[in-house]
Amino acid sequence: MNNRQRPPLDPALLRGLTRARRGPLPIPGITRRHTLQAGGAAAAALALSACGVDGQQREPAASEDFWAGKERTGNLRWANWPLYMDPERTQIQQFTESTGIKVDYKEDVHEAASFFGQIQPKLANGDDIGYDLMVLTNGFELAKLIELGYLARLDHTRLPAFAEYAGEIYKNTSYDPGNKHTVPYASGITGIAYNPEFVDREITSLQDLWDPAFEGKVGMFADPQEIAVFGLLANGVDPADSTREDWEAAADKLREQRDSGVVRAYYEQDYIQPLTTGDLWMTMAWSGDIYQQNAEAGTDLKFVIPDEGATLWTDSLMIPYTTKAPVDAIELMNFLYEPEIATGLTEYIGYISPVPHAQEVMAEWAAAEGEGERAEALRAMSESSLVFPDESDYQKLHNYVALEPDQQGEFSSLFQAVTQS
Amino acid sequence: MSNRKITPYVLVLPAWAWLALFFVVPIGGMLSMSLTTGSVVTGFQQTFEVGNYATAVGTYWEQILRSLFYGACATLVCIVLGYPMAYWIAFRGGAHKSTYLLLILLPFFVSFVLRTISWRFFLSDNGVVLGTLKDLGLLSEGFAVLNSALAVILGLAYNFLPFMVLPIYAVLERMDPHLVEAAHDLYADRFQAFARVVLPVSLPGVFAGVLMTFIPTSADYVNASVLGGTHNTMIGNVIQTQYLVNNNYPIAASITFVLMGLLLVGIFSYARALGTERVMEVHA
Repeated sequence: MNNRQRPPLDPALLRGLTRARRGPLPIPGITRRHTLQAGGAAAAALALSACGVDGQQREPAASEDFWAGKERTGNLRWANWPLYMDPERTQIQQFTESTGIKVDYKEDVHEAASFFGQIQPKLANGDDIGYDLMVLTNGFELAKLIELGYLARLDHTRLPAFAEYAGEIYKNTSYDPGNKHTVPYASGITGIAYNPEFVDREITSLQDLWDPAFEGKVGMFADPQEIAVFGLLANGVDPADSTREDWEAAADKLREQRDSGVVRAYYEQDYIQPLTTGDLWMTMAWSGDIYQQNAEAGTDLKFVIPDEGATLWTDSLMIPYTTKAPVDAIELMNFLYEPEIATGLTEYIGYISPVPHAQEVMAEWAAAEGEGERAEALRAMSESSLVFPDESDYQKLHNYVALEPDQQGEFSSLFQAVTQS
Repeated sequence: MSNRKITPYVLVLPAWAWLALFFVVPIGGMLSMSLTTGSVVTGFQQTFEVGNYATAVGTYWEQILRSLFYGACATLVCIVLGYPMAYWIAFRGGAHKSTYLLLILLPFFVSFVLRTISWRFFLSDNGVVLGTLKDLGLLSEGFAVLNSALAVILGLAYNFLPFMVLPIYAVLERMDPHLVEAAHDLYADRFQAFARVVLPVSLPGVFAGVLMTFIPTSADYVNASVLGGTHNTMIGNVIQTQYLVNNNYPIAASITFVLMGLLLVGIFSYARALGTERVMEVHA
């Protein structure tokens, strides 16, 4: 229980403070995972029109063959999610200073599915997709990209900083064992957020999401991967060892929750507003969203990792096999694992860094800064278990269920039958 | 053949090319897609798998029926609200008719999605409407509208109301007001004059309005995803998920054709019931 207590200063607040100094605040309400549906629909239409029928699987580019004869080009194109680096692009400036490589940074990834739809036909044809480096979450799209052989096999001799500084948990992920194709950029937690204005007790358990006292006031995620983990954990099953029967039992558990009337609706990413107005009292939520909301609007929403556990998702860096600058891309990957660089990135984005050492560096920075807002902010953030989870926190965090590509359809249908009733 | 004979065909050529390119080709592609099997990873092979349709209907019949039901309810609401509006503007609008029409169209200057999202604030449990009524003790604390079938139907009706008002208005506006006077001369009271003269004249407008609201509302997915809760999923949401989330193009295409088929059957029987000449009148 104690390790879940909130740090004395809310990381959200720090993020607000640090950001205010570095540049203008991003548009309120538009968070990294927040896509305006209009934009999504437009992108979807584009993706649809561009979607080919072919899906020919290619032989994954073998490490030696792929890297043989590749050289630095001095120019790199990088697609990332919005608000995932400060507006001055500090880390990119540092990279360019250090290596001379120019980076064309685009916040082009708004939704994994439509981004996949956009790049898939080009990758199927072996065409350049316009990016040498991209960041995607460990979901179905990443699994498909790996399965289709669309990602360059990473040459780990070129990633010494990753080998030295990446946390153990980020070197052994269920979605890409051995980091053959990806290295993590940042992670976040899917837990429970609640509004203490309406919920007059401390929320500690996933079972609270099933409590009839909250009839019509509980929000759940529509995403099959997200909701599956909560159903499995509520049943006491470790998602990593779950079987088909477990998934069915989890779906039944979630169906029971839905039909008891507790669930108000299943949300994509628009759950924050109803949570603040009281349409929702409690909901599945992403840690970063709650921080940002509290920082920007001064709300006092609570975020907890339930006793039974929560989900750790990871956004990873990857190189499409049609890249024009693989060496530049892998150099940047490695650069982001230098502790000083990772610390600077974390200070702005407030998500979990795959470099645990960043915690020490941040504490050092705080000490060097001495007094003042930034020192306070850095100190509090370096002590936050939600930005730097410790061993016991990680024990409670689970990856999404790892699925073979031929299991994805069945898995999705099972949980979509719950959410799309 | 003289030039005179060829000219109309040449003139109509761009339109045909447009239709062929952007309607016939995609719909043919979709039809072919609906009969394939496979996945994005392995590619989709043409196997003439009619079973896709059985799967589509067997799995999603509930959402299909619900969509038609919501569409019908929303259309009904639109008639009930829209007819008097059109009537009033046509006969009582006077010099300000175009102002009133502009007012009806004004919401269209704001994006469809944003308008729907604003209903969330409007219908919120503690929002301007329900919050006030609850403060006055007129509603129980737990009363909610948002995330229910009612919210979805209201949202649909709100978004498509102008499509009902405008065709009815167009017909009523062209109607000769002397017809009503004549009815009165023949001892019809106001109700009879309306029921026996105005209503029949306006039916083509209602028919066009029904087409323009029922088809898009039945296929809509924005309202259900923004205003709906559990058990409010419409077939449009399913199609969107199958295409963009699951990349299950064959099933998505099959559902699309099932929906299209049902709507066409519905509309043709409706046209039959009303008499086909009336349908033609709309275009006249």
